[in-house]
Amino acid sequence: MSTDDAHDPKFGEYGGQYVPEALMPAIEELADAYERYVLENEDGFMDEFRRRLADFGGRPTPLQRAEQLSARYDTEVYLKREDLVHGGAHKLNNALGQVLLAKYMGKERIIAETGAGQHGTATAMAAAHLDMPCEIYMGETDIARQRPNVFRMRINGAEVNPVTVGRGTLKEAISETMRDWATTVEETHYVIGSVVGPHPFPKMVRDFQSVISEEAREQAIEKTGGLPDSVVACAGGGSNTMGAFAEFVDDTGVELHAVEAGGSSLEVDEEEGVAPNSATLSTGGEGVLHGARTKLLQDSDGQIMESHSVSAGLDYAGVGPELAHLVDEGRVIPANVDDDAALEAFHRLSQDEGVIPALETAHAFGYLEEHHDELGDTVVVNVSGRGDKDLETVVEETSKRDLDVAPDMSVLNRVGGGGL
Amino acid sequence: MGLERAFADEPAFVPYLAAGDPSYEESLAYVEALAEGGADVIELGLPFSEPIAEGKTIQNAIVRSLDAGMTPGRFFEFVADLDVDVPLVCMTYYNLIYQYGNSEAKRASENASGETASQEGPRPFVEKAADVGIEGFVVPDLPAEEARPLRDACDEFGLDLIFIVAPTTEGDRLDRMREQVSGYVYVQARMGVTGARDDVDDATGASLARLSDWDVPKAVGFGIKTGDHAEEIVAAGADGVIVGSALVDIVAEGHENGRPTEAVADDLESLARELKQGALRGAQERPQPERT
Repeated sequence: MSTDDAHDPKFGEYGGQYVPEALMPAIEELADAYERYVLENEDGFMDEFRRRLADFGGRPTPLQRAEQLSARYDTEVYLKREDLVHGGAHKLNNALGQVLLAKYMGKERIIAETGAGQHGTATAMAAAHLDMPCEIYMGETDIARQRPNVFRMRINGAEVNPVTVGRGTLKEAISETMRDWATTVEETHYVIGSVVGPHPFPKMVRDFQSVISEEAREQAIEKTGGLPDSVVACAGGGSNTMGAFAEFVDDTGVELHAVEAGGSSLEVDEEEGVAPNSATLSTGGEGVLHGARTKLLQDSDGQIMESHSVSAGLDYAGVGPELAHLVDEGRVIPANVDDDAALEAFHRLSQDEGVIPALETAHAFGYLEEHHDELGDTVVVNVSGRGDKDLETVVEETSKRDLDVAPDMSVLNRVGGGGL
Repeated sequence: MGLERAFADEPAFVPYLAAGDPSYEESLAYVEALAEGGADVIELGLPFSEPIAEGKTIQNAIVRSLDAGMTPGRFFEFVADLDVDVPLVCMTYYNLIYQYGNSEAKRASENASGETASQEGPRPFVEKAADVGIEGFVVPDLPAEEARPLRDACDEFGLDLIFIVAPTTEGDRLDRMREQVSGYVYVQARMGVTGARDDVDDATGASLARLSDWDVPKAVGFGIKTGDHAEEIVAAGADGVIVGSALVDIVAEGHENGRPTEAVADDLESLARELKQGALRGAQERPQPERT
């Protein structure tokens, strides 16, 4: 857990606090709570967080050797199984931490936004677990493509508020949640779902997620006798990325690879304000969005572009400021994998290892397929979440493509069952 | 720096419209109608794609304006084309200000040598704004802690930087804002985002009291809709009233119903007159009128 930089809102030039004035006192209050409860363990906050992560969340998660992939690539491939966290994704680590923190701060209501729905689901679960009322903002496009998670949020008792402005994805949902927060800030805590937003969110979320790399580091030493040569994680906003990297940042012999969504193309249509990818670290420029200075997909005027990915969880025009900084410093290697390669990797991991990954995670495995020769003898890939939520999308998207590894799904038609 | 002059003799009426809503030409007519109706300062919105401090009314105005092709470059043309004798303030979000210099530098360098653009920050935007006659800025997502580069550029070109004081702003934060504010201070009447309301929030009086010894005019905004609201707020001690959503509603209604530009402009002028008259009545009701 970091203690040296709690007061500093910046990562080099990135980060900061660019929010409406009405929110600033709440952000200062949160920064104070982060320092006392998270960094200094006041009132035993971190002890309770760790206990609940174990008992409710199911930690620690295994570091599993992937036997078929290791043979395929002639490389020792290890899977950090965050898909086995309660709820099916790493998101619970942060959601549980923030909802618990809100309780310690005396807040009475939780709001959050969600893209793929995993953060919304994790927040709804944590709020139910800790008996807090909860509302989730979600773009209508994402509601349509992530229905199972919408069901789970509702079943856990959360309200789900559709956001209809813009293209109806994560960036619109974030803006809408900030508007709610600006109205209700005194009694409400906004659980930001990634290492984005104004200080202290990027540091606090990283710290809640750093349990991933803390465990992975110990487990790698125990299983292999040393540190891995590379750690690979997919990056949208960057919460599983920073969680998987945090405890390795000082191990300069370990390469850190952040894999973004290359979408259908890295080219942009500036006229239409659309980037057919979410590869912010690879192609974005510096700017200010949703409370922080960071790298963004924007046009030459500074208007934010609509991003794209087959994976709703990576479909965001910004990225965490610390990740942007680590890329500039040369510590993190940015990369991207397109929709097709991610879908192929989804099927390959499912068939070879019996692990159905989230489409977000599949991007990391697409990168492994293309670059395994460059990653050293031992590679840890963070399995950020499980793919149950994505099955409808995968069936639909696979049917549009001619993929080598996709199964024949016509059995569904033969029995007349139709959709999932 | 001279926006204070707009508040010198009587309470100021400060309307807001999104520039280019619903079209460039209509918007010119609408802004000019506000000046005819008695505006003392006009806040012109330069639309940003992620307006996190705005409610639905202004969000929709921003979408209409962006869809009609508004950009920072067009905004500066718009200001130059306006035929008004009223000080103009640009209200926008920081990324557009910040990015303007980068994109200008990038275009220049691409034309010249193809080298990487330099990062110039807010200075080129402020320089261009001053050149077309903008006198100040309101930037809702730029708190005092991050405002120094923009403040410095404003000082260089003689522009005002207006900060928003929220009902939750207290203590050190007030001090940091007081050090940097000029022109007038924008007193946010209630929590939340912009939008017309049917009453005046109790937080207004408390916010004005916290700023009583500040030596810049205090203009109250967020939720003001009628002449009676304006009267009440000025009677409570405000030096001016800022009105956006109630005016934008007229623009939106006219657009949706295909009304002639002149008819919409007449309605805007009429409401502007009502709001200005309300503010003047409010000044007469003060026990001890006090001008700053």
